[in-house]
Parts: sequence; C-alpha cells; structure tokens
Amino acid sequence: MVTAEQRALASPAHEAQAAVTVDLVWDILAAIPDPEVPVVSIVELGIVRAVSFANHHVRIEITPTYSGCPATEMIAAMIRERMAAVGIQDVELLTVLAPAWTTDWIAPEARRKLTEFGIAPPHVVGGRVDVTGISPLRRAKVVVPCPQCGSTNTTLLSQFGSTACKAQYRCEACREPFDYFKSH
Amino acid sequence: MNALVEYLLRLGDTDVVLAERLGEWVGHGPILEEDIALTNVGLDLLGQGRMWLTYAGEVEGKGRSEDDLAFLRDQNAFHNVQLVELPNGDFAATMARQFYFDQAHLLLLNALTQSTDARVAEIAAKAVKEVAYHAERSADWVIRLGDGTEESHTRMQNALDRLWPYTGEMFSVDEIEVSLVTQGIAADARELRAPWLATLDAVCAEATLTRPASEWMQGTRRGGGKQGVHTEHLGHLLAEMQFLQRVYPGALW
Repeated sequence: MVTAEQRALASPAHEAQAAVTVDLVWDILAAIPDPEVPVVSIVELGIVRAVSFANHHVRIEITPTYSGCPATEMIAAMIRERMAAVGIQDVELLTVLAPAWTTDWIAPEARRKLTEFGIAPPHVVGGRVDVTGISPLRRAKVVVPCPQCGSTNTTLLSQFGSTACKAQYRCEACREPFDYFKSH
Repeated sequence: MNALVEYLLRLGDTDVVLAERLGEWVGHGPILEEDIALTNVGLDLLGQGRMWLTYAGEVEGKGRSEDDLAFLRDQNAFHNVQLVELPNGDFAATMARQFYFDQAHLLLLNALTQSTDARVAEIAAKAVKEVAYHAERSADWVIRLGDGTEESHTRMQNALDRLWPYTGEMFSVDEIEVSLVTQGIAADARELRAPWLATLDAVCAEATLTRPASEWMQGTRRGGGKQGVHTEHLGHLLAEMQFLQRVYPGALW
C-alpha cells in the first residue's frame, strides 16, 4: 500500500507543498510512532489535538502526556522532520495544556495494539482520575488483567515502571512481569 | 518583584529543587523498582517546575527563560520551601519528606485548578493527576515502613519527627500570597493544613506511627525558603545543579 506520505515523498517538494491538505498532515502524523511505545502512533495516543492549514501555513496543536515526559521534545522534532521531508516547511507547533491529556483519548484500536505488545491498556476513567487526596489509601484498586495470559490474578509491584506513564505488575498465574499503562 | 512572578517561583523552585534531590537517588535506590519510581516522581516534578518557571519568565517580561531562572539565580533568589532542599538521608527520610510534601502538594494543586488565572489553573489541572500517584505511593511507603520491622518503624518515626518543623512553611502565607488569594489567583495555604493533618492522622494510624504535634515551625515568622532564606544545604545543591551553565554559559546539548 502506498501511504500518503510516500506519495508526497515521490513528488518534487514544490508540488508536494501545493498538494498539502489537512488530511495529508493527519496521515503523516498518524505514521509517527510514539518514541517510547512505538507500537502506537502519536495520533492514536491522543497527543495531536488539532491540525489546520491556511496560506501554506500548517498549524499543529500537541499536548504532553506527562509534564516531564522526555518524549515530548522528541515528538516535536519528529513532526518537523516528517513535514520537512514532504516539503512542508512552514509548520507551527503549539503546545496546549488544557484540557489535560487523559488516557481516555487512547483509541480502542491502540488499546488492542498495546495488549499485543505486552502492555496492559489503561482503564477508561471518564476523564476523571481520583485526585481528592483526603484518603489516598481508599482509592479503588483496579483489576489489571495480564496481557500475556489474561489472568486477573495480578499484583502491583510499583506505581512507576519503565516510564512515568506505566506501572509495574506481576501476573501470579503465568509469573510474567508486565507494564500497565496507568489510567490518567 | 511582581507578586505573581514571586508566587510562580515558589511553586516552580519547590518542584525543581525536590526533583534535583530525587535525582540524587539514581543508581542508589534500595531496589530497582524504587530507584525507577523515585526518579520518575522527580521527572514529573521537573516537568511541572518547568511549566511554572516558563510562566514566571513570561509574566516577568524580562526575557528570562526557564533555563535562565533555574541555572542563573543564586540561592537567595530561590523561593522553594526549605523542606525540599534538605539532604535525602536514608530511604525512610526521603519517603517521609515525600509523604509530607506530596499530600500538601495534592491539596495545593487541587485548589489551584480553581485559580482565576487561566494558565495557573491549567498547569495545576495537568500536574494534579500526576501528583495523585505520588501521594498514593509515598503514603503506601510510610505504612509499609512504619508497620514493618522494628528497624524500619524506628527509622520512619525518626524521619517524621526530624522533618516535622519544616512542614509549617507549606501552610503559612505572607502579604504576597494574601494579595494573590484576594484576587483568586493563589490558593490560601492556611486552609490546606486541616485536610493535610487529617490525611496524616489516617496514614499514621495505619502505619502504627505517631504523628508529630509540635506547633513550632521553621521559617514561618521572620521569613523562610519562600522569602529566599534557606538552610546551608541549598547552596551545595545549586553548586552541582548549576555548575555547567555557570562555567560554560549558554552551553547546549
């Protein structure tokens, strides 16, 4: 299959520039993998919030997943690189904070990909993580099924895993450790 | 100095200094999972601190970036609370400090999501979700060590007692904060202490620990960290944190 990006790459830069559409920009963005969870794209993760195009000027709004996520700057660099590769030079990247990113924006298809990759996908929290803080210990303990064997007999090892967005679990059935993409 | 700029520096410096302290644990955590967790918490705080400092620089309007503010100010120009600049001590002391701070931080950010300053509100809304995980984790550790062995219980109790006098600053206000509270921009830190104590009491009860009760607090009468008065420890921390930018000004990766 020839992707929109490959089509654009095949044509001279000035022609590609002339053919820029909002859909093309979305297609290019949808092909950019998340640097730390490469099985899903930055669009599937909900990082790209809006795209507009007018007078040869592309404007892309992105939102960070976690405040300190080191991938945020790399994602911005990757977006500029991919856009430049198809002749789109005039790109404005705008970081938006509100509404704050939530794992609820992760597409259903991406949740399936995460499971296949060995990462338990986040639970849907309806946009609300419990931040009341009065009784942090009373927070409902979620059941996280093992992405390897499907068992619900799993144990939280640490609230933080290989990245800030993931927690470490162990499956008591198959004894495999795994990452859980925390609800956020 | 503009009151909002100063308030933003208090928020940002507190995050950045604690992130730096937590970063000292890299490669020294008691177990791999906790080594990773300590630095992930530090990373969240660093990200939040960057957002506050960036905004402080914008409001100030003198062209100072987050990096200028983090790396080119001397210790008396830092406005973090003294609690976060204290040396890490052992794992119990680090988690006791984190517990005191996280519970207060969570309450503060929750209140700031209602700020009349839209930027303050949106940074707080972003940060509070991260801090909810910090607060849960540090409370879990206080219970685990408090209700653990005799050794871990003793260490945690000692840490709670030793750090206690540094918690008052998180709930004291000066005229700068009062003026911002009146405008609806800042949270009234005095109102956060009662719910904070309620959390501490619940966690200490489960942890078989005694919550310290002395009302004598560091830095709440004639000025503390928020006013730029620091312990001897901050200068040493900054010497390491700022070394590269001081010796090679403007150096980039």
